[in-house]
Amino acid sequence: MRRVGIASSGLAEFSKTDSTLESLMLSSVKPLFDSTKNLSQEDIDVVLTSTNSDSKYLSNVVSELSGISPKVSHSVESLCNSGTNGIVSAYSYIASGLADVALVIGAEKSDSPGLVLEWDVSRGQYKHPIYWASMFASAHMRKFGTTMEDIAYVSAQNHNNATDNPFAYFKKTFSLDEIMQSKNLTDNLRLLDCSMPCDGAASILLASEDVIKKFTDKPVWISGIGQKSLSAGFTKNDDLACMKSNVQSSHRAYDMAKRTPDDIDVAELHDAFGICEIIELEDLGFTKPGLGSSYVSNLYETSDKKINPRGGLIGCGHPLGATGIAQTIEIFQQLQGTTKKRQVDGAKTGLVHNMSAAATSSTVLILES
Amino acid sequence: MTRFEQELKNNVFVSSFCTRCDKHVWPPSDMCNSCFGNVIWRPVTRTAKLIEFSSKGDEVFGIVEFEGSIRVMGRIMTASALQIGQMLNLTECNFDGKAKFVLAPIV
Ligand SMILES: [Zn+2]
Repeated sequence: MRRVGIASSGLAEFSKTDSTLESLMLSSVKPLFDSTKNLSQEDIDVVLTSTNSDSKYLSNVVSELSGISPKVSHSVESLCNSGTNGIVSAYSYIASGLADVALVIGAEKSDSPGLVLEWDVSRGQYKHPIYWASMFASAHMRKFGTTMEDIAYVSAQNHNNATDNPFAYFKKTFSLDEIMQSKNLTDNLRLLDCSMPCDGAASILLASEDVIKKFTDKPVWISGIGQKSLSAGFTKNDDLACMKSNVQSSHRAYDMAKRTPDDIDVAELHDAFGICEIIELEDLGFTKPGLGSSYVSNLYETSDKKINPRGGLIGCGHPLGATGIAQTIEIFQQLQGTTKKRQVDGAKTGLVHNMSAAATSSTVLILES
Repeated sequence: MTRFEQELKNNVFVSSFCTRCDKHVWPPSDMCNSCFGNVIWRPVTRTAKLIEFSSKGDEVFGIVEFEGSIRVMGRIMTASALQIGQMLNLTECNFDGKAKFVLAPIV
């Protein structure tokens, strides 16, 4: 297999807009073209769009609007994980030799139909994501003594980080007290523990090792990929104090990259809710089971940006189809050393974690400069 | 409306069951997920084990497990403290666009 790298990226600010989905996508493609040397539409072999919207033939529509006539063009939908799934698909086209250059474009509107998995009758009347998050919170609290204050650190830290990100939906910090006092949605989930749906778009350009130097002097390589789909129905996740798909996908990614959690300098984790980040830190091996809470409070106390320097989903907003791409862009830029106030000094190896539908499936990418 | 939904609407909780593999197929489907054979619709025993719970104001909800394998989220009507692993009765099920399961502790 050929090596596949990330050459460049483009982001549109996460916000609430009147823009169409197609316009949102274009508003992230433009900065990608503007910032990539020697890139013309003719270079692009593959265009993939990731979204949960009901738009039809979207990748072809956006290709036409961008003046691209790709060899391969289609959409990728996999709920919250759509963007990273799109990147993995693009990687595969390039690694296999079917293509040299792939553009992956993700976008979502805040009223996306992807917010709730209607199919899952096992969730009964509790289909909104707050209910599965609440079950994980109950289980983690029961098993490890995690507290509501522990969970508040995640939101406080990720909102802090987001204030240094000009593309984030939230522009302000929240104190631990404000988070603790925010509206209770369930008895262990508050409004400020949640990521918010919003509009947003993100684009990323992948290329083979044979051609990537044409577009960038500082490629970032995708060295590890792990994906796991346990099920679609939430209630098959047996131990609710952990998310099994995270454990399995991260093991695959570490093995492929020949890396361990200790090698990771910076990571984007899927903090759809504060409790998720605590569990993911344990699942991905950044700390031991039960120690995710002290890990996040320590990040906050020491202003350590190693985890979710972008601001995470909680600070940035969560436009589903754009999220995985925006997470990957953050790690790409961290490893290029271009994230200014968000920069983790000397970051050489990074990790992206994304997941869908109560962690019934997840994706882990490992990137290296 | 699917067979599963129709039965729920009549307060009957059925699951797809494969007689060849001798197992429930859950969430409900018209085919077995092991052998792809046709399923029958079999009533589920109306007692369940409490797996996890939380609440929203006065409304207690949680995950319960029927017959050792079928997990659903339902509402739990209780005046006393719940214990993980305790047994509950399915007192009501219904379908009004969403499946609805209501349970109460066995006294
Ligand atoms: Zn069968």
